[in-house]
Amino acid sequence: MHMADALVSPAVAGTMYVLSTGAAAYSIKQVREENDPKKIPVMGVMGAFVFATQMLNFTIPGTGSSGHLCGGMMLSSLLGPYAGFLTMIGVLLVQCLLFADGGLLALGCNVWNMAFYGCFIGALLIWKPIMKKGATRGKILLASILGCVLTLQLGAFSVTLETLASGITELPFGVFLATMQPIHLAIGFVEGLITAAVLIFVNEARPELLWGVGEEKKESKLSLKTTVIVLGVAAAICGGIVSLFASAFPDGLEWSMEKVAGTTELEARGGAYAIADSIQSATSLLPDYAFKNSEAAAGTSFSGIVGALVVVAILVGACYAFRFFKKKGADQQTV
Amino acid sequence: MDSIEKKLHEFQKIQELWQRSHWMNDLHPLGKLLVSVLYIFTVVSFGKYEMAPLILMSAYPIFGFIVGELSIRQGIYRMRLILPLVIFVGILNPFFDTDIVLYIGEIGVSGGVISMLTLMLKGFYSVLAAYILIATTSIEKLCQALRMIHVPKIIVIVILLIERYFYIMGEEADRIITAYKLRAPRQNGIHYSAWGTLVGMWLIRSMDRAGIVYESMLLRGFKGDFDQEKIKAKPIDIVYTVTWILIFVIIRHLIAL
Repeated sequence: MHMADALVSPAVAGTMYVLSTGAAAYSIKQVREENDPKKIPVMGVMGAFVFATQMLNFTIPGTGSSGHLCGGMMLSSLLGPYAGFLTMIGVLLVQCLLFADGGLLALGCNVWNMAFYGCFIGALLIWKPIMKKGATRGKILLASILGCVLTLQLGAFSVTLETLASGITELPFGVFLATMQPIHLAIGFVEGLITAAVLIFVNEARPELLWGVGEEKKESKLSLKTTVIVLGVAAAICGGIVSLFASAFPDGLEWSMEKVAGTTELEARGGAYAIADSIQSATSLLPDYAFKNSEAAAGTSFSGIVGALVVVAILVGACYAFRFFKKKGADQQTV
Repeated sequence: MDSIEKKLHEFQKIQELWQRSHWMNDLHPLGKLLVSVLYIFTVVSFGKYEMAPLILMSAYPIFGFIVGELSIRQGIYRMRLILPLVIFVGILNPFFDTDIVLYIGEIGVSGGVISMLTLMLKGFYSVLAAYILIATTSIEKLCQALRMIHVPKIIVIVILLIERYFYIMGEEADRIITAYKLRAPRQNGIHYSAWGTLVGMWLIRSMDRAGIVYESMLLRGFKGDFDQEKIKAKPIDIVYTVTWILIFVIIRHLIAL
């Protein structure tokens, strides 16, 4: 999945460098906060280890072909996501320089496609939650396969997007995607199996080497109040400012309807429709995302903010309801 | 030859190039890094139909390989890893973009053919440029250049350690595979029943080795950074860097117009 320099335009390469640098800066901050100087040589030696193991071929039963280890998932399950991410940057840079596997300009893309997804998504969203209450064979297998499949799918999808955004291929999006995703699904599954086999062995021989195992939920850095305020402000910005730039053209469904029926709004006849329409007219505060009887842009902005706030409110309510019923169920079980 | 052996052999060859006495090896690493990155940046910035200025951009690899006395065979050999994706992305261009954009005599050449060729050229040039850089600059020197442009030292140290331990790990992998093959002849790769134990044991040994490495680093006075001798820029470094940058600018902005 290593991208070559020829596949990216300077704009895409620059953007991906900025994103990867941001993730690297955050990782460096986290590793510094850990304040574990012993980790640096471990990162170096583990980087060399992953580099070397990627040269080993593992027979895939019944296929006659072979696969190799999933580096990002392996490193982050041993070193944690931040140290794992920095190690992967080193591995990718050395691979690119010594063996021309990937390009210097495309390094930002490769770091994002392989290291970011593997370490951040794989470790923080898959490995850590699954291992929260301890590691078992089944959990390691599940986390490894799920992690490798998902991160490789995301990586392959990003390769498609970055190549198409660079404008260097005439391949249609669908064809490119249909070629990239299935092959990486198979690769991800096999790499997940190999990674799981190694991690299961480590868990049985030296369980203390695995990262994030048995770590109960720590106190959140953001309080509920701060989280709600941050979400509210983000929603207001998106709804209030970004909605002004929303396209006036019909959406996909409206476009299709216009092509088929010649109009974007179909007329419906019948008593039930008339009743539903009168209820909708009475209850909708902002019909067609504007103030009633007004075409002002402020109406669109206001609709965006109101809509976003309503969604956030529903989300918060649903989360509370979920927590309430879960707690109630747990209380009943203990009784 | 096995893939591990091949890679170790390739790495050895690069190390030999670092050891040789050549004026290009003595140039300032930051200048060479800057020239390489700017060259690749300029090459990929050309439009998909801009074939003529792209051909002129071959000046740098031609200079690097001839004057730098590097093997073009090695340079082309390094294309093998990135070539499949580049070919896949470019090979269908002639079928989707059939508009004629160029006439050679009376033969019309479609935009798809031109864009496919420019894509291949871009891939070829960027690999060659990276090879010129790595064949004339050791990883240690490159890391010094990275520190000069304020790349965080933790990343630089990790790169240095990976480079130092890659060969040791590679040799270990080679021994493991040889021992495994002797016990399991006529088998393609490692059998799934041995995946966990074989690599797992090796991984645990590597983690233990990292502890020993750290202790020995501490004994040698490691305080979170490697002390490296500062490389001073000579007039030739400035002339080399500025000349190439000027050439790239001329091709990009004057000839391309």
